[in-house]
Amino acid sequence: MLINQFLFLGAFLFCTGVYGVLARRNGVLVLMSIELILNAVNLNLVAFGAFDQTVAGQVFALFVIAIAAAEVGVGLAIVLLIYRNSHSIDLDKVAEMKG
Amino acid sequence: MHPLLAWSAPTNLPQNIAFGILAAAIVVSAIRVVTVQNVVHAALYLVIVLAGVAGNYFLLGAEFVGVSQIIVYIGAIVVLFLFGIMLTQAHIGRVGQLDNDQRWVAAAVALFLAGTLATVLQLAFRDQKINFGPLQRTSDIGISIFQTYVIPFEVVSIVLLAALVGAIVIARRD
Repeated sequence: MLINQFLFLGAFLFCTGVYGVLARRNGVLVLMSIELILNAVNLNLVAFGAFDQTVAGQVFALFVIAIAAAEVGVGLAIVLLIYRNSHSIDLDKVAEMKG
Repeated sequence: MHPLLAWSAPTNLPQNIAFGILAAAIVVSAIRVVTVQNVVHAALYLVIVLAGVAGNYFLLGAEFVGVSQIIVYIGAIVVLFLFGIMLTQAHIGRVGQLDNDQRWVAAAVALFLAGTLATVLQLAFRDQKINFGPLQRTSDIGISIFQTYVIPFEVVSIVLLAALVGAIVIARRD
């Protein structure tokens, strides 16, 4: 199999995630798009690990999965806090942090 | 022939067919995740994307990562997302506008990024093949984690602990 098959799929997932982060205004959907980006990175790591025939790619993919779990936990806590304070998770309305 | 059209080369034909099916499912579902106007449906399409990526890990011979992906992502993270949706919305279903008005700018950025990445990847890796050598067993991953990467492993455990405490502190009602 060509390595580019997996790399192109990863690139597509990454671009879709970037579009989602930029175009969505619901906090939970933005977090989902970030998951797409992390999955693209993981796919690349595992593909390159198979390409180089080392386990390093798989090990780092596992690390990324662990970090993603932590990120979603904290991210959803922040989204819940925003919802509690402004009764909406519309990220366009969260302007208090603007400088 | 263009290397990407040479998928039907006689080597690894079953794997290539499986990859084609998985890739089609991933592409369609990923687009649905970022465009669908129903938050719960987006989470369910995300499940298809994550399962497809897990299938790709199996194709690449990384079965431990694939199983971890299914357990952690589909089993835990998607459930967490559904909890988040339920806790932040009074009713399930179509709720107002989910996209902001930068949609076309975002699409332009994503297309530009896709073009750049595709060009670079095509120039760099043309038709290089993955040679599946000796099987990488899960025990090799374990040995690697606890010998070569033991410090990153400990750092990840600290990060997980910090995230656990941090999420509780942030979301606590007091």
